[in-house]
Amino acid sequence: MTTATGPSALHTVNLVKIYQTGGLPVHAVRGIDLLVEPGEFVAIMGPSGSGKSTLVHMLGGLDTRTSGEIWVDGKRADTLNESAWAILRRQKIGFVFQFFNLVDNMTVADNVELPALLGGAPAKHARERRQYLLGELGLTDKADAAPAQLSGGEQQRVALARALANQPQVLLADEPTGNLDSRNTRDVLRLIGEVHRQGQTIVMVTHDARVAGLADRVVTLLDGQIVDDGLMAPVRRRPKSGAGDVVELHG
Amino acid sequence: MRLHLLALLAKEPAHGYELKQALEQIFGNAYPSPNIGQIYVTLGRLEKDGLIRSVDVEQSNRPNKKVYYCTAEGREALDEWADSPTEGPRVRDEFFMKLVLAPLTGIADRTVLINRQRRHYLAIMRDLVELAQQTDQDNRPAQLLIEGAMLHLQADLDWLERCQEDLA
Ligand SMILES: Nc1ncnc2c1ncn2[C@@H]1O[C@H](COP(=O)(O)OP(=O)(O)O)[C@@H](O)[C@H]1O
Ligand SMILES: [Mg+2]
Repeated sequence: MTTATGPSALHTVNLVKIYQTGGLPVHAVRGIDLLVEPGEFVAIMGPSGSGKSTLVHMLGGLDTRTSGEIWVDGKRADTLNESAWAILRRQKIGFVFQFFNLVDNMTVADNVELPALLGGAPAKHARERRQYLLGELGLTDKADAAPAQLSGGEQQRVALARALANQPQVLLADEPTGNLDSRNTRDVLRLIGEVHRQGQTIVMVTHDARVAGLADRVVTLLDGQIVDDGLMAPVRRRPKSGAGDVVELHG
Repeated sequence: MRLHLLALLAKEPAHGYELKQALEQIFGNAYPSPNIGQIYVTLGRLEKDGLIRSVDVEQSNRPNKKVYYCTAEGREALDEWADSPTEGPRVRDEFFMKLVLAPLTGIADRTVLINRQRRHYLAIMRDLVELAQQTDQDNRPAQLLIEGAMLHLQADLDWLERCQEDLA
């Protein structure tokens, strides 16, 4: 799928996923048409069980589709085999899982650098990128730790740094702030906002309204279908102000 | 209460006591049931504003009763009510009234109402995130106030999701 300006970052056509495990089939995703343009930040919301994880896993080739099409950067992807998907991911997709998936016998620094090195980046670049990302996420002093020594929130931030290490064309993330306290979420919000301003395409499942509020567009799922797909109003530029406005907002 | 009564009247003409009963029936104990005097005062104002009219209906062995119905102007007021996001300190309550009552009259669809409200909440959240970034990190009272507003808003959104699961 291409537009006048070039291929869409992601495109699905009538995407369906039916899990068939033992008893009754589960219709997790029921005919999703989604078009994501380069540079767009799309937040995916919806109740638990509505198919959000299944959708982004399919977009990243981590789960096979039952029917329908997936296009990544203008190329058909749903027909790829596992190893071809692995190559596509390495070249174009960063993925943050709901449950981190860090490599346990490598340091935090190596976990973050690995995707960039696999993607062919010079070691110096990979190191600089890692230092920048860990710095932004308040993890500089954890670089030499093993993932198992970190808290859940720290591991989650490392997973985000790793996904962004290779400056992927598309960042796919499944609830990347689920384990974070307010302060850590603020660091993550700032980094996400920054990479988005630099042109990073993002598709992010989230329950967190602070994260969704940063998105250009919010897609809401219910029972495996899109029930709302809307652009967010552009951020209003407001004069520097105090918390008085907040009081007003809530009466 | 004006628009709640108006919504009920747009569904079907009724007299004051029927409106009270309808509110009690729809919301059960969750609705602080208005006294009948308040209802008649509100109906009087709605009539004066041209949003409703009344006719006297004869009853066999009792005094006439006044039955109210919604005018075209009243419909317009309802449309505007249903179409605008809900503001104010009791956001949830007011939105919930709209969510339950507006679809009864056929003037609004629950999914549309919920979707619009979600976008509205997210837009407020976006403003709050920006406000937090613009506010001095060391101003703890200000930051906490903003964080409190964010948490309220998050709760509103989570609850909206529950409404969508159960009602829409
Ligand atoms: N591996 C699986 N096998 C069977 N059913 C699954 C599997 N993964 C998810 N499901 C089901 O698919 C539906 C959607 O799940 P999921 O995509 O995880 O939703 P969400 O991320 O929105 O909470 C749910 O009903 C869930 O139980
Ligand atoms: Mg999930």
